[in-house]
Amino acid sequence: MFTRRHLIGTATAIALAGLGSGAMAQDEELFIPVISKGFQHQFWQAVNQGAEQAAEEFGVRVTFEGPDNESQVDKQMDMLAAALANNPDAIGFAALDSQAAIPLLRQAQEAGVPVVAFDSGVDSDIPVATAATDNKAAAAMAADKMAELIGGSGQVAVVAHDQTSRTGVDRRDGFVDRMEAEYPDVEIVAVEYGGGDHLRSTEITRALLAAHPDLDGIFGTNEGSAIGVVNGVRESGQEGITIVGYDSGKAQTDAIREGLMAGAITQNPVGIGYETVRAAVAAARGEEVEGDIDTGFYWYDQSNIDDQEIQAVLYD
Amino acid sequence: MTAVDTTTAPRPSRRGTAHQKLLAFASLIALVIGFSLASPNFFQVSNIMAILQATSVNGVLAIGATLIIITGGIDLSIGTLMTFCAVMTGVVLTWLGAPLIFGVVAAIGTGALSGLVSGTFVAKMKIPPFIATLGMMLILKGLSLVVTGTRPIYFNDTPGFDLISRGSLIGWVLPGFPVPNGVLILFLVAGFAAWILSRTVLGRYTFALGSNEEAVRLSGVNADAWKMAIYALSGAIVGIGGLLIASRLNSAQPALGLGYELEAIAAVVIGGTSLAGGRGTILGTLIGALIMAVLTNGLRVLSVAPEWQTVVTGGIIIVAVYADQLRRGKT
Repeated sequence: MFTRRHLIGTATAIALAGLGSGAMAQDEELFIPVISKGFQHQFWQAVNQGAEQAAEEFGVRVTFEGPDNESQVDKQMDMLAAALANNPDAIGFAALDSQAAIPLLRQAQEAGVPVVAFDSGVDSDIPVATAATDNKAAAAMAADKMAELIGGSGQVAVVAHDQTSRTGVDRRDGFVDRMEAEYPDVEIVAVEYGGGDHLRSTEITRALLAAHPDLDGIFGTNEGSAIGVVNGVRESGQEGITIVGYDSGKAQTDAIREGLMAGAITQNPVGIGYETVRAAVAAARGEEVEGDIDTGFYWYDQSNIDDQEIQAVLYD
Repeated sequence: MTAVDTTTAPRPSRRGTAHQKLLAFASLIALVIGFSLASPNFFQVSNIMAILQATSVNGVLAIGATLIIITGGIDLSIGTLMTFCAVMTGVVLTWLGAPLIFGVVAAIGTGALSGLVSGTFVAKMKIPPFIATLGMMLILKGLSLVVTGTRPIYFNDTPGFDLISRGSLIGWVLPGFPVPNGVLILFLVAGFAAWILSRTVLGRYTFALGSNEEAVRLSGVNADAWKMAIYALSGAIVGIGGLLIASRLNSAQPALGLGYELEAIAAVVIGGTSLAGGRGTILGTLIGALIMAVLTNGLRVLSVAPEWQTVVTGGIIIVAVYADQLRRGKT
């Protein structure tokens, strides 16, 4: 007996099946799903852009997806599982939590699907290659620049984007460890976490400025954090605070041009995406791949922001 | 979650609500005094301004939420609606290059329209508010990303846009008293919402729907239409919140918004508005939002470890609502 409810259910199922079938059309070309740590933020869009460049160049099919924020480890596992179920030729994967991903990565290994890790990498010997920025070294460079800019002594604070993710921890530790080891006269008075949310990072910055009237500098560990710091300092009207940022995006590059931000570390997101797909293609074809692909990082400020080398790795 | 106990319990008297506001206000003062004693850096003009500004966006969202919660409903789409309104402002101002006033209209209009849609789901289609607005939360979040292509929209080409929240009209009139416009707008919105609730037919029906929706229907009133109007009004207020955050960040950030609805609802509840509907005040919500902002700021100024800040904030919400329950149990 067909009721209206049945009909609606059937119609929905047919519609969904129709949507799904489009994705299964070609199976001649290599299929490489890329599971990232996010997709809404511009950084991930730049990684996506690099992945697409490589896809076009090598004639492979690449999909790109990631969870909403860097705490959704479970959602990312679902995406990885779904990608594996689609019989990929290789997988690009940036783990939010390496340990959580191990069972699925083993499954990939058993199925003979090569895994290329990117961004923060995966703590395991399963990935055939890792295309990543050395976040610790990059944040240490930010510490060097900060120390230099404030004259080797004073108080600095860190507005970090995450307390548990690999990049959050590495950037914080890279900065703090270098400061403690090399610059005994620089005191790190606070480390706060704003989740990379622009507004929350703004609020944190204003509280930091109130709590530490003698503050000399603030390091924002990703795009949202850094923009929040700039915003908070601008709103408070306080002068003489040295701001060091991370990544790019229009608001950050504008702040550097205006002189509100002293400078920032930029990774090479397009390069990360490109190298990930390039290595995945090589691995899928059974070619030799280099294990550690360092995609590099750069310091940029007013003096070199328009250099070709820097412009190539900045995104708007 | 709609009015369950209102048939047996008498409506709280005016004196009752006054007590409750007093309690929330006393907690606020106690927090301010506590933090001021604990750190000399807390009670400084610049930090007080920072706290007020931190209240502005959440406060406006919480006022929007208060209207819905008084009807016995809930709105989970506030945070992502705020973002979507900011995005539409960006579309109108930056992409279409329209004058500033059209951006304001876009934010408020988008909010009102979205509220009307939620209201239709709830009132006409009888979808429970929790589910209807959960759906809207995701729809709006997705739409923000679709419209912007996941990239932020900046307002650099609209001179004066950042003054909406950052400038200080009051400081211009009264030098040395630099209250940011965002805060002024918060108080104007609060005054308007309080006027609606206490002096208009719409306000009367807001309370009536929350206390006993069936009685409203049986008395021949078009309850659905009034409910939709309240959702639309709430949406328009959230639109103002979208305008404020866009102005403060000088950009519409499409990925923001999720989680802001819970902070707003927390402010409403701390302010003594009942999630069962039928009871609540705008002043209470304003105080609730201030308590949240003072708490977050104060714990940071005291350099409490970030993980403990979260624990303490959660604890305060429980204590605030429990204190309110105790007081009501006694009377």
